[in-house]
Amino acid sequence: MNRRMILYMIGKIIMIEGALLTLPLCVSLLYKESCAASFLITIVLALVAGFILTRAVKPKKEVFYAKEGFVIVALGWVVMSAIGALPFTISGEIPNYVDAFFETVSGFTTTGASIVADVEAMSKGILFWRSFTHWVGGMGVLVFIMAVVPNTSDRSIHIMRAEMPGPVVGKLVPKASDTAKILYKIYIGITILEVLLLSLGGMPIFESFVHTFGTVGTGGLGVKADSIASYSPYLQWVITVFMLICGINFNLFYLLLIKRFKSVFRSEELWVYIGIVIAAIVAISINIYHMYGSLSEVIRQSAFQVASIITTTGYATTDFNLWPGFSKAILFVLMFIGGCAGSTAGGLKQSRLILLFKMIKREFRHMLHPRSVGVVKFEDKAVSDETINGVGIYLAIYCVCFFTIFLIVSLETLDFESNFSAVAACFNNIGPGFNIVGPAGNYAGYSILSKVVLSIAMLLGRLEIYPILFLLSPTTWSKNK
Amino acid sequence: MKIIVVGCGKIGTTIIHNLVSEGHDVVALDYNAEIINDITNMYDVMGICGNATDYETLVEAGVKESGLFVAVTSHDELNMLSCRIAKKMGAGLTVARIRNPEYNGQSLDFMCDVLDISKSINPELLAAHEIFNILKFPSAVKVEYFSRGNFEMIELKLRDNSILDGMSLMDLRNKYKSKVLISAVQRDDKVVIPDGRFVLKSADRISITATPSEIQSFLNELGLLQKKARNIMILGGSKIAYYLSKMLLNEGNTVKIIEQKRERCLELCDALPNAVIINGDGAEQELLFEEGITELDAFVSLTGMDEENILISIFAASQNVPKVISKVNRTELAAMAEKLGLDTIVSPKDTTANIIVRYARAVENSLGSSVETLYKLMDGQAEALEFNVRNDFEHINIPFKDLEFKSNILIAGIIRGKESIIPGGNDYILPGDNVIVLASGHKLNDLSDIIK
Repeated sequence: MNRRMILYMIGKIIMIEGALLTLPLCVSLLYKESCAASFLITIVLALVAGFILTRAVKPKKEVFYAKEGFVIVALGWVVMSAIGALPFTISGEIPNYVDAFFETVSGFTTTGASIVADVEAMSKGILFWRSFTHWVGGMGVLVFIMAVVPNTSDRSIHIMRAEMPGPVVGKLVPKASDTAKILYKIYIGITILEVLLLSLGGMPIFESFVHTFGTVGTGGLGVKADSIASYSPYLQWVITVFMLICGINFNLFYLLLIKRFKSVFRSEELWVYIGIVIAAIVAISINIYHMYGSLSEVIRQSAFQVASIITTTGYATTDFNLWPGFSKAILFVLMFIGGCAGSTAGGLKQSRLILLFKMIKREFRHMLHPRSVGVVKFEDKAVSDETINGVGIYLAIYCVCFFTIFLIVSLETLDFESNFSAVAACFNNIGPGFNIVGPAGNYAGYSILSKVVLSIAMLLGRLEIYPILFLLSPTTWSKNK
Repeated sequence: MKIIVVGCGKIGTTIIHNLVSEGHDVVALDYNAEIINDITNMYDVMGICGNATDYETLVEAGVKESGLFVAVTSHDELNMLSCRIAKKMGAGLTVARIRNPEYNGQSLDFMCDVLDISKSINPELLAAHEIFNILKFPSAVKVEYFSRGNFEMIELKLRDNSILDGMSLMDLRNKYKSKVLISAVQRDDKVVIPDGRFVLKSADRISITATPSEIQSFLNELGLLQKKARNIMILGGSKIAYYLSKMLLNEGNTVKIIEQKRERCLELCDALPNAVIINGDGAEQELLFEEGITELDAFVSLTGMDEENILISIFAASQNVPKVISKVNRTELAAMAEKLGLDTIVSPKDTTANIIVRYARAVENSLGSSVETLYKLMDGQAEALEFNVRNDFEHINIPFKDLEFKSNILIAGIIRGKESIIPGGNDYILPGDNVIVLASGHKLNDLSDIIK
């Protein structure tokens, strides 16, 4: 394994993070807050560490293979979170480092789970950084590096594959760096549009930015204790729509831009996604109709919550903890489904689910007609057996990880529903669960062990399990295995 | 520039490798999903799995925006058809691999014209040409021509205790009268563009540029000039063997082909009435002795197996055949074969890839001083390019001593009308000249790229 190359790339990630930290620094200077010093210290530390790593360990060979790609991504995300947590601790707003680490991981992985009890007491700079991590983590930091650093290697596809969600990662244009640039351009475009729409609707400019970061990254950290509930219906609808948009495969936006509407229209994943969203909204609306005064409010509330959960954002306009059991059950199922592949959302992903159902169908037919031959097709193309196996195995490993984490977290004295939903909400990068960790609560009550385990769960969920497992596996690091 | 490469076999992959390192946006198209998977893992390209004559697949590949469309599948007809469709769909220029000898006759131009194919390539014919050129200069390991044959570049490998061992280039110039230029030297896998103080050593691989007659007299002075190979044995009755034999027989040489398959032997007999066709296994040393391997001028090994070619060539060299040429397609094996002492190795896929790269560069800068010829030498570590100077070139009529060139760049020759010049400090460039530049570690698109 090319360890020098890994360290070199980690150095680059740290440098980029240092550069990104200047934004919250500017915000805190703008509002003349004392937390500016904590950002400055972190930036200096990051730049020094990054400089040493990129200069001292110049790689002899710049090639890397799938193995290095996975390790770079996994290690990069851990290191990035460790450094991103420093401003919280140095400024004293989250004094415990483990808490700060949890909060940062929750930010970068676009989970939105928080241990902060009183959000409104935090300084603006810190709040900005907390939400900005969503924006950075949403599309991925290594994809960002690929977009801004010229001359990426021939094999950069391995990094892209490790960081981007979905069973199959393809490129939009021949060069990986150009693909990364296009994705970021689309991402920035959506961001600007939402900031404009929110501030036009009367949201203060600072809050527009924070909520936009939370929405387009499908994160969910905000600035208010009651999340989005106190904003006007117009603002809630804007956020609903943008959450849903960011749960769509970004490749489709590119196809729209190059005017290949037919391909967009024929996207199976998109239709299934829209279908599930509409079905869930209708079912919940009927179920909670008696709780709200008007039809428009019922639809708004159910649409917002469905969009928030299926795209794994985690904003809330109401405490859905108080909803009837059926509605809660629907939301719980949506937690696992997640958004489309290639979006900023988490969860199992629509495309995997579609493939799983098609596999089941093929298996059924095969059992009834043992000599039948079946090819699974997705988006009008035959899917290779390798991909199909990959989906099945992913589901298996997903369950194993889920239940292992759940067992460890259950050591807590908290109730079953809280623990189970907490693991589901972290593992699928949603944020709020039910009961104690519901939209009105937070994760402060968990022990240090649980917080660390849940942080790992969030990273597992964002990077789709494999990179983190490879990082922890000794065989990755031994010389010839 | 966006380039679509159809067919990702040996030749396709080499072309993709070269085009990606030139910085082009490459889309690879093949009907085999596994091959596409491998290609996208290895190179920074977009892979598309599908049929290259299918409209939808070509739309997906982005034919409309592509500047160059290269079809190099193993089927000539498929290549021609997909080029035709791509052209109709708006591709810039099209290149098709057409290798069936029947298509490569006089009908080729007509067919290319009808089908709107910008360029046809035939790797086997190209390889045959390359071998044919080397056989004319048996002491060289590689021979390349620049425009109108006025200028040549040959590569030599200095043998142990060569008279050039320990000689600096300055001494060489004073000692010999021939006006030749040693333009690049490869020593221990490193390529240098040497200056006057550079001292040659044995085992160096040197490239010499000059006019054909000067090269002749230089080799004569060195005592290296071997007579043209006249008596040639070819192992393996492949397409290359057919084209090569045809060229050799036209010049009045004697050719003996050893081929294992009886049917192929009969076909060859029909196509090459003047050649001697032997039906037998070339790996049998007894057969080779029987057919007179010890009396040959040259032995060319062209079977389909790289390993077989290497081993039999080593055997032929051990029997003191003056010139042994082996066809080795896999780059890594070629490097090992060279270490084992086989100096003249021909690789059809590299030759083809060079032509595509040159074509891509010429397409890209059709406005500036265009690249007329491009050769990669010394395992692709150096390049020799021939530029045609346009009127708008900035540094016209300035003596070279007043110009500041980038490092590792050498102007190896100027062709002005019928005159061929080995340039010195007082020479200069005029519009209409053809300038030959040697460069290592640069990607030259335009003649002005050589000036700092």
